[in-house]
Amino acid sequence: MSDIALDKPLETFDEQAVPATQVRGYWQSVFYRLRHDPATLFFAAIVLSIVLAAIFASLIAPFDPYKESVISRLKPVGWKDHLLGTDELGRDMLSRLIYGGRVSLLMGVVPVLIASLVGGVLGVIGGFAGGRINTAIMRTMDVFYAFPSVLLAVAIAGAMGGGIVNGMLALTLVFIPPMCRVAETATTQIRSLDYIEAARATGAGTLMVIRYHVLGNVLGPVFIYASSLVSVSILLASGLSFLGLGVRPPTADWGLMLSTLRQSIYVVPFVCALPGAAIFVTSISFNLVSDGLRTAMDVRM
Amino acid sequence: MIFYILRRFLYAIPIAFGVSIVCFSLVYIAPGDPLQTVMPPDATAETIEIVKHAYGFDKPIPVQYLIWLGHVLTGDLGMSISTRRPVILEVTDALSNTSLLALFAVPLSFFIGYTMGAIAGCFPGRWLDRLVTGTAVVGVSLPNYWLGIVLVVLFAVEYSLLPATGMGPSGSTNFHIFEWSSARYLVLPVFTLAMIPIGILARTTRAAVAEVRNQDFVQTLRAKGLSEWAVIRHVLKNSLPQVMAVMGLQFGYLLGGSILVETVFTWPGSGFLLSKAIINRDVPVLQGTILTLSLIFVATNLIVDLLQSLVDPRIRRA
Repeated sequence: MSDIALDKPLETFDEQAVPATQVRGYWQSVFYRLRHDPATLFFAAIVLSIVLAAIFASLIAPFDPYKESVISRLKPVGWKDHLLGTDELGRDMLSRLIYGGRVSLLMGVVPVLIASLVGGVLGVIGGFAGGRINTAIMRTMDVFYAFPSVLLAVAIAGAMGGGIVNGMLALTLVFIPPMCRVAETATTQIRSLDYIEAARATGAGTLMVIRYHVLGNVLGPVFIYASSLVSVSILLASGLSFLGLGVRPPTADWGLMLSTLRQSIYVVPFVCALPGAAIFVTSISFNLVSDGLRTAMDVRM
Repeated sequence: MIFYILRRFLYAIPIAFGVSIVCFSLVYIAPGDPLQTVMPPDATAETIEIVKHAYGFDKPIPVQYLIWLGHVLTGDLGMSISTRRPVILEVTDALSNTSLLALFAVPLSFFIGYTMGAIAGCFPGRWLDRLVTGTAVVGVSLPNYWLGIVLVVLFAVEYSLLPATGMGPSGSTNFHIFEWSSARYLVLPVFTLAMIPIGILARTTRAAVAEVRNQDFVQTLRAKGLSEWAVIRHVLKNSLPQVMAVMGLQFGYLLGGSILVETVFTWPGSGFLLSKAIINRDVPVLQGTILTLSLIFVATNLIVDLLQSLVDPRIRRA
């Protein structure tokens, strides 16, 4: 091996040695991937601005969303100071759209949160316990699966008689079964893995195993699935309002506005289409952010 | 195979019972006395007593359920509060109109969605794939009742090419599929209804095709010298079971989701019946319609499972 010519003394090689490769942690690499995903960042910014607009609605809205005016009914975009026109009672559309985001976001997020909690817990219990408990939980869920989701939401909200609380309750019930199934699948998959057995052998109790070994593997899929459900929930919630099963007038809500403005499409077609556009933009932004998160977090379902 | 079919049938029976229990309890989660929701508001105390006894409302709830189930099994879904007609007649009339929509919307959405997804899945990362994935996301996030309104504004209000609502020129009672004068009433609702399933199917098919393409056997097929078209045929066949499961779910969506689209277009189908029942607080109609639609959905899922096992023998053994 002496024929290898060294043009430098050996010692210098040590200094030149490869710089210690930076090993990224899981969350570091997730954020790295997110930072380099402009589409997701763009839609995340839209989601953020919709959320902020809803929170600070009273500061941003140019008019009082409930102030009616007989003389300025159904005015087109840009009429006087009304940037987006006025509705059938002369209320400012832009202000109502900003305020309407509150109800839509609330009905998009709250049912999903509760359903993730309840469905997640049921799924982990079912998946971890296995046997009869699993059969009991999952077969009950199968019954609710047998209803198309829109139909189940309409059935429950319709029977209970509408209103924002009943609507949220109906949506929660719709989302518990799929959430439970996601958690159950993830739990069942890791339950029989060696490291769970190893943890058990070292004396970890059931709660310890669930807390330290199961949850870490279940939370990822549950979180990603929940984030994808937000957009579904917003769509379903405004659908319920559209049918008259959500909030009651005069509360500003995109679905309800769309439904009441429907009568006026011959007068101001563009203004009447606005609430639907708001629903669409919110829903697609949540959808794409959820897709981006799934890729960045590398969750397979 | 016969064993599998039997097992699937036996599995569907408890589900159907569960569905009937949920539908039965709809009357009880309605606020107030269940009888009040079934009776007209101006009924006298005497009639209420008679009806209470006749319908068995004075018996314990499990017994009431069995009585109700007995009525349902003989085709008696009660009376509509608003029209005083038997619910079963209301539901069957409405269903025939909805199936007219489904007859066009199902093949249309399945064909377009599957083709789009298959093309995107076979050429991942190309502009065609991006276009399809983009369209699919739009389809999934679009509130279809809004799309309906926008289409009405465009095609009925602005250009008066197609009728805005209804199922035929006012006054006409029968619908002729083969005559443009009535068939043109189908165009907008069918397209609106098909939009979401197209998006969801394109997404699922793309994911399924891309997954199968990464499996080892595809490389073996290429190594054996098959042409690209032959490889694609194998890939598509192997991705079919997954896609079929989603198609089954989407069929259910078309049944249930039609409620919003039918309301927008005042199409006298099952969805429109439901939304009328909600406005009139007509719980028997609500209950009967939801029971019927859900049972159809259960049956569809059963059929899809059986079809899946025909395409993929592995499912039969699982």
